[in-house]
Amino acid sequence: MLQALSISNLTKTYANNMKALSSVNLSVEQGDFFALLGSNGAGKTTMIGIICSLLNKTSGEVLVLGKDQSKHLNEVKRMIGLMPQEFNFNPFEPVEEILVNQAGYYGIDRSSAKAQAKILLKRMELWDKRLDMAKSLSGGMKRRLMLARALIHQPKILILDEPSAGVDVEIRRSMWKFLRELNDQGMTIILTTHYLEEAESLCRNIAILDKGKIVEQTSMKKLLARVSQQVLILESIEQLPNILPTLDFKIERLDAYSIQVSLNDVNISQALIALSENKIEIEHVRSAQNRLETLFLRLTSKAG
Amino acid sequence: MWIAYKTIVVKEILRFTRIWVQTIFPPVITTSLYLLIFGGLMGERIGDMQGVDYLHFIIPGIILMTVIQNSYANTVSSFFLAKFNNSIEELLISPVSYWVILLGYISGGIVRGFVVGLGVFIAVSFFVELQIYNIWIVLMTFLLTAILFSLAGFINAVFAKSFDDISIVPTFILMPMTYLGGIFYSVEILPEFWQTLSKFNPIYYMVDSFRMGFLGSSTTDLLVSMLVLTTMIMVLAIVAFYLLKKGVNIKT
Repeated sequence: MLQALSISNLTKTYANNMKALSSVNLSVEQGDFFALLGSNGAGKTTMIGIICSLLNKTSGEVLVLGKDQSKHLNEVKRMIGLMPQEFNFNPFEPVEEILVNQAGYYGIDRSSAKAQAKILLKRMELWDKRLDMAKSLSGGMKRRLMLARALIHQPKILILDEPSAGVDVEIRRSMWKFLRELNDQGMTIILTTHYLEEAESLCRNIAILDKGKIVEQTSMKKLLARVSQQVLILESIEQLPNILPTLDFKIERLDAYSIQVSLNDVNISQALIALSENKIEIEHVRSAQNRLETLFLRLTSKAG
Repeated sequence: MWIAYKTIVVKEILRFTRIWVQTIFPPVITTSLYLLIFGGLMGERIGDMQGVDYLHFIIPGIILMTVIQNSYANTVSSFFLAKFNNSIEELLISPVSYWVILLGYISGGIVRGFVVGLGVFIAVSFFVELQIYNIWIVLMTFLLTAILFSLAGFINAVFAKSFDDISIVPTFILMPMTYLGGIFYSVEILPEFWQTLSKFNPIYYMVDSFRMGFLGSSTTDLLVSMLVLTTMIMVLAIVAFYLLKKGVNIKT
């Protein structure tokens, strides 16, 4: 199957010698809803900037729907719609004009652009604001305007860089609904977000970027399964022995009375029996944090 | 390609007409007053220059000065603001060729130069009977001047990193060049050394040709002037295109 996005050995070193991306390999299938996670400075925006031709890469290859960005730049640009993290429109332009102009840059004539802008502005609940200067919009409205602008030329791939930053819960949910609809219609969506809940709720596949390197790329299901894989915190009645026994499952000491166990092929009863045989009597069992966040922090070495 | 070009031009025109109180009205008023006071009142004491009265002598140069200032101001402010508020990214992510971006911005500068220049011409016509010796020379000189200074403004905007950077060049380079380009005097009255030095100032050729179009007299061969202006345009166009393509101060 043709990949929507295929990145090989992508490296970016800025003029100050700061290496933002280091031989990154990444692929996103067509029709996917893909999350690109990473903490601040991980290299997400740099990667998006390169894909969207806003930044020059140092080396590597970017293929968009099989087209090499270096050789077919304009074709590649037509296939991508970008909603950036920072507001990047002229605040002194009217809302509708921003969309119509953007369409014009893609060669769409003014009347078709106006018709498409009307559909998008209505969908984004911005139609009443179409004649207002963009600067007068609220933060959430500005984000929706940028989403509408990213879609004005009907791209095949939509890249969203922190789309719901500063957007209230209600609008965020309605934006998610809209994004799901677009994805259901076949649009490939690549999302970077700080809201792990957003990635968990929307995306099927995920990559985690840390210090310019991909540290994980898998399906959301597998990733969540790994996190929820019977990671339990067990608390003992008595102080734990200095040396923990070696068993069929992983044990980590948390403090003098508690351990964390990661259960793979054994269930909790078997684990408790095995511990008891080693003179560790457990009084209390609880789940460790069962969220994507746990794994994210672990993979990006930020866990306390 | 054509739609993208048209979009940029229309956007540029809408931009400066939306703020006409800042962009069109003041230069028309101040230049007209300038002309009437310096040319009309003080000109009577100066007498004739290059065979015509002083007011008629300075009108072409003053009109051209507004064209220079406004063509330059339009591209420098528009492109710098696009960089400043990152709206330049709208163009960079879309399949618009660098030539089209450059042409679009230059065309915006030409239109503003034309609108303001025409405004001054019309305003002055209410007070002075204007004659045009050859409209084609007038239009050709206007066009080359507007292109040249739109390009210069564009290059300034590419390098500018702050609002100070877009006012330094007009104040410390453009203004002295304009005043020393023979707008208020005929270069023929200068000592030989200064006459020679004036020939290194491109504004001298523009003013001389423009004046030729209005009055029918010039101090330099028209073809030489056109050649100088065309050569400078070609050089600046190549530089501007190179800077844009390389993404200097636009892409990292």
